[in-house]
Amino acid sequence: MSVARLIWTGWLFHMKTLTLSGFFLLTSFVQPMIFASIAFFLVEAGGQPGTLLYAALGAGMMGIWSSTLFGSGGAIQWQRWQGTLELLVAAPAPFLLVLLPLALATASIGLYSLTMTLLWGRLLFGVPLELVHPFAFIVAVPATVLGLGLLGLLLASTFILYRHANAMSNLLEYPVWLVTGLLVPVSLLPVWVEPLSWVLAPTWGVRAIRDAAIGGDPWPAIGMCLLLGAVYFALATVFLRHFERLARERATLALT
Amino acid sequence: MTSLRVFFIGGRIAYRALFNWISPWIYIPTMLGSPFFQILFFTYLGRFAGVEDDAFFVVGNAVQVCAMAGVYAACMTIANERYFATLAPLLATPANRLALFLGRGVPVLLNGLFISAFGFVVGWVFLDFSPASGSLLPLAVVLVVTVFSCTAFGMGLGSLGLRTRDVFFAANLAYYLLLLFCGVNVPLADLPTWMQEVAKCLPLTHGIAAAREVAAGASLSSVASLVWTELGIGVVYASVAFGLFRLLEAEGRRRATLETI
Repeated sequence: MSVARLIWTGWLFHMKTLTLSGFFLLTSFVQPMIFASIAFFLVEAGGQPGTLLYAALGAGMMGIWSSTLFGSGGAIQWQRWQGTLELLVAAPAPFLLVLLPLALATASIGLYSLTMTLLWGRLLFGVPLELVHPFAFIVAVPATVLGLGLLGLLLASTFILYRHANAMSNLLEYPVWLVTGLLVPVSLLPVWVEPLSWVLAPTWGVRAIRDAAIGGDPWPAIGMCLLLGAVYFALATVFLRHFERLARERATLALT
Repeated sequence: MTSLRVFFIGGRIAYRALFNWISPWIYIPTMLGSPFFQILFFTYLGRFAGVEDDAFFVVGNAVQVCAMAGVYAACMTIANERYFATLAPLLATPANRLALFLGRGVPVLLNGLFISAFGFVVGWVFLDFSPASGSLLPLAVVLVVTVFSCTAFGMGLGSLGLRTRDVFFAANLAYYLLLLFCGVNVPLADLPTWMQEVAKCLPLTHGIAAAREVAAGASLSSVASLVWTELGIGVVYASVAFGLFRLLEAEGRRRATLETI
């Protein structure tokens, strides 16, 4: 019960904090609208029918990945800057459970971007919003957020020893957009990219959401998203324990 | 003589002190890694959409990534004076303000040129892009002018940092808007008319158009009007940026807000 309360309270706290952050407003509202607009203009210019909703969903997912990447990737760094990292590590609650709600919140705030790109597409570009499998869509979205949130937790746990985590976040934004097929189908990329896409939750998340919205069978992709989430969680538990111990031994926890 | 020292040496010191991403651990992933993947991403998106060819996206993005320096670095080398609490001592000096201001732009400009050149190499090595023979020199001229105008634009944003609390929000926003408006990825003719009109007043737009023609084999003289327009836009932005710098310096003194964060 106390674990559930810790996660809920932490998630709510971080949702409120992130909603007030100018940077996350930019990442969740403005940036997805700009990328969605570029995608809409290109798709329209290319004259491929039926790709507007495909692009809108992809652009929304790009926003979810960006907020997860910058939020979770920068989580440890921000705690360092604010001087709260040692306090959180020393707290009676396991550090993993302190980080988990933050990672989930950074993915959840990306839902703003999915909503924004769909509304933006509908209002300005006439994107059709009829969902083929509405129930599956309702399941696919939180499953995707959970999968990405747990990937965020894995990022946060591995970045604990890296002092320039924000730079790594800057680097990882575009490649994951590309490799996971959020806007560009993976089949257009070199063959060696495909296995990489299989181990990344956004690949299955966007597939689940698209299959639910445009047509197809979303359930296998939803299952993969949840399965990968479980794997990320297990890895994050191991990494966090190991890296936290290393940081304590080397006395580098608070170093910026 | 003192002004020259402020311009060259002061500009270099300010850049080294205030540009947060100068460490290789940050510079390589942020200033080179991110543009690298940006170019790949949009080129593949163009292939998927069936719009234009690789050269269109490579040239557009390779020129636009100079804004990594032109916008972010320019902003930092001015606005960080306030965030690092060195603005008041700096403005207490009798240093020539024009030399002090413009000197900061030189390292930024060189950095922007390097990033754009890197972008062209990425397109040449990894994508289907090969500039016409003999186009390198004219391309370099176009690039210098375009990076200058983008740097001037970024210095204007940096000057706003003397007053606004979060100028980096504006810098991020500007970077993405340049991506949308300036014909980097979407051909200008496919944008709504009002966006085309806005694009004409922004840096990069004319430079990118000129770079595309030159890379395809056109001579420098045939794109002279585009290059002169880009240069003119750069001069206007530089003048506005310096005007803002002086205005906000005076305002900061009057309101005692030079150190307010």
